[in-house]
Amino acid sequence: MADFIMPSLGADMTAGILVAWRVEEGDQVENGDIIAEVETEKGLFEIEVYSAGVVEKLLFQPGPEKVSVGTVLATIRRETAVATARSIEPDERLKVSPAARKLATEKNIDLRHVKGTGPQGAIGLADIEVACGKVTKEKVASAPTELKKTTDFKAGMRQAIAAAMSLSNREIPHYYLTTDIDMSRALNWLIEQNRKRSIKQRFLPVVLLLKAVAKTLKKVPELNAIWVDGQLQLKQEVHIGVAIALRGGGLITPALHNVDQLDLDQLMIALSDLINRTRTGKLRGSEMTDAGITVTSLGDLGVQTVSGVIYPPQVALVGLGRISERPWAENGLLGVRQVLTATLAADHRASDGHLGGKFLDALNKFLQEPERL
Amino acid sequence: MGQQDLRKMTYRDAVREGMFEALKKDERVFLMGEDVGRYGGCFAASKGLLEEFGPERIRDTPLSESTFTGAGIGAALGGMRPIVEIMTVNFSLLALDQIMNNAATYLHMSGGQFNVPLVIRMATGGGKQLGAQHSHSLEGWYAHIPGIKVLCPATLEDARGMLWSALLDPDPVLIFEPAVLYPMEGELAADAGAVSIDKAKLLREGTDLSLISYGSCLHKSLQAASILAEGGIATDVIDLRTLRPLDEQSILASVAKTHRALIVDEGWRSGSLSAEISARIMEQAFYHLDAPVERICSAEVPMPYAKHMEEAALPQVPSIVETARRMIHG
Repeated sequence: MADFIMPSLGADMTAGILVAWRVEEGDQVENGDIIAEVETEKGLFEIEVYSAGVVEKLLFQPGPEKVSVGTVLATIRRETAVATARSIEPDERLKVSPAARKLATEKNIDLRHVKGTGPQGAIGLADIEVACGKVTKEKVASAPTELKKTTDFKAGMRQAIAAAMSLSNREIPHYYLTTDIDMSRALNWLIEQNRKRSIKQRFLPVVLLLKAVAKTLKKVPELNAIWVDGQLQLKQEVHIGVAIALRGGGLITPALHNVDQLDLDQLMIALSDLINRTRTGKLRGSEMTDAGITVTSLGDLGVQTVSGVIYPPQVALVGLGRISERPWAENGLLGVRQVLTATLAADHRASDGHLGGKFLDALNKFLQEPERL
Repeated sequence: MGQQDLRKMTYRDAVREGMFEALKKDERVFLMGEDVGRYGGCFAASKGLLEEFGPERIRDTPLSESTFTGAGIGAALGGMRPIVEIMTVNFSLLALDQIMNNAATYLHMSGGQFNVPLVIRMATGGGKQLGAQHSHSLEGWYAHIPGIKVLCPATLEDARGMLWSALLDPDPVLIFEPAVLYPMEGELAADAGAVSIDKAKLLREGTDLSLISYGSCLHKSLQAASILAEGGIATDVIDLRTLRPLDEQSILASVAKTHRALIVDEGWRSGSLSAEISARIMEQAFYHLDAPVERICSAEVPMPYAKHMEEAALPQVPSIVETARRMIHG
C-alpha cells in the first residue's frame, strides 16, 4: 500500500486545496500519471503520482478547505509483485487530543511536526499553540501584512514569494560572479538557422542560453543540486527552473525537464508549452519541485545585470541581462559586439567562487560554439 | 450581609431547619420513617420535631421501607406533602419497588392525571465505619430512573434549602444526604431559604481542569483544588447538586473552558453516574477535550468496615491531586 499525500510544491507551501481528482477508485495508475489538481497560492497544478498500482481509496473529496502538506489524500494498492518487495509500514496514529487536532486543522499545522508534551507524549492544545506561535513569528518576519484569503491569488502569491525569498536571504550566504559573454557568434548562427525556418519555428536566444546552461551543468554538476539538512545533494537529471513572470503580477519558476537531452527544436517547444501552461495554470506538481537551478532573464526589459536571489533549496541561480551592442576589446583591437552579462548567484555553503568561476567560463565557451549546442 | 447575619451550625442542623420550616409553612407536610419521632432520627436530623409538631405530623413507622414508602405515595396522591425518611440508601432497596414502579410511573400510567408530590430523604455513602450494609453510594442507580428527581446537597445552604423546593415540585424527589456530612460545621445566612434544584454550582473557578463532583466527594475535590492551586493548577470545581436531571450546560461550559475533566464520584465505577457524565462530555464536548476524561470512584468492593480499609476504598484527596497533576503534566 502506498499513500498519495498532499505534496509540497515548494519551500513556501504549507497547505493546498484539492480541486479535482483525475482518477476514480479502482483506476490503474502508473508512475508519473497525473491523478489530481491542487491549488496553492501560486496557482493550479496537476499532481503526479509516484507509485504504480490501483487507486484503492480517495480519502478526500475536492473542496474549498486547505489540506496540510503531508496529509494522505488517497491510498494506492501496489501490484502484488511490488507489494511483496516492500514491507508495509504500520500506519501509527499520532496521539493527539481532540481539541488539539481541531486547532491544528484550523491553523493548518502539520501534526507530524509537532512535539507532544502531554500524557504518553500526546499532542495537546498547548503544543499546537507553541507550533502556531512559531509559524506566526516566521510569517511576521517574512511578511508584515496578514495573510489574505486563499482565493486572493495575488496577495497569496506575494506572501509565498515573500516567504521563500526571506528564507533564502536569511539562510543562504550568496556570492555573486559576473562575466560578459560575447554573443556575436551565437546570434549570427541563430540568424542563419532562423533564415531556414518559419516564424513559428524560429529559435529565440533564450533556448541557446538554456541549452548552454544545461551543458555547463553536466561539466559543473555541483551547481545542479539542492542543499538539504546541511548537505549538498546532486541532481541526476538536468531540470532547469525558468523564471516566468505572470501577467497579473508575481512569478513562478517551473522546471523545464531534461534540458540536456532536448535538441533546440524540442527545447523551443517545451519552453513555449511551459510558459503557456504556467500562464493558464496547468503546471504539474513535479515541475514545481524538481529544478536543480534557476535561470532568470530580464533582458527584454533592458536590464544589464541580474543578481538574483536563489530559490531554496537550490544552490544557484543564473541571471541573464540584455544582449546589447557594446565596445569589445580583443587582441588589441576595439570592436562592437553583441554582449550578454551573465551573473551567477551561488550558495557559499555549497560551493566556492572557484567553482562558480568554472561554471561561467564553461558557459561562455559553450556559447562560442553554438553549432554544438 | 454582615458577619452577625451568619449562624454557625452543622449540616444536620441545616437539614432539621429545612424540615422545621417546611412543617411550619405548609400543614400538608408531615415526616414519617423509622425512629424519626421519639428517637429523633437515626442520624438525629429530626430531633425535637416530635415535641414541636406532635405525633400526627412526625410519625414513627414499622421497620418496613416498602410499606411506609408506599404509604407516602398514597398520602401524596391524596393531596398531602409527605417527607419520607429512609435510614440509608442500602435499606431503600426494600422500597425500590414502590419508588420505581409506583412513584416514578404514576404520572405516566395515569395519562398525566396523578402526580406524586413525594419527597424521600435518606442517608448515603461511607466514611463512618458502618459496614457494607449501610455505607454504599447508590444515588447513581436512582439517577437512572425517569420520573423522579435526584438531589444531593453537599453544603449547609443546600441541606436547608433543597427540601422546600423539592416539596414544591409536583413529582417525586429523592434527597440523598451524605451521612459523613451530618456533623460538618459551617455557617449559614440567617435568611437562608429555598434554593434551586435544577442547576449545578461552580464553587471554585479555574482554567486548567474541571473537577466535577457532588456530596461528600465535593469537599475532597475542594481540598484537592486548594492543593493543586499551590502548584499552579487552577481548577473549576463543580457541585452537581442535582444528579437527575443533570445540568449538562454547566458541565459542558466548564469543560469548554478547561479542556479537561476529572469526575470524583463515590459510587462504583462500572455503570456509574461518573460514567454517564463522562459519556455526555465525550458526546457533546469531544472537540474541546485536551485529555481523556478521568474518574475517581470507590473501589469495586463491598464497603469495608475497618477504618484504614474503608479509607482506602473511598476516593481521597491525594488521589484526586495526583490524577489531576498527571492529566496536566503527563
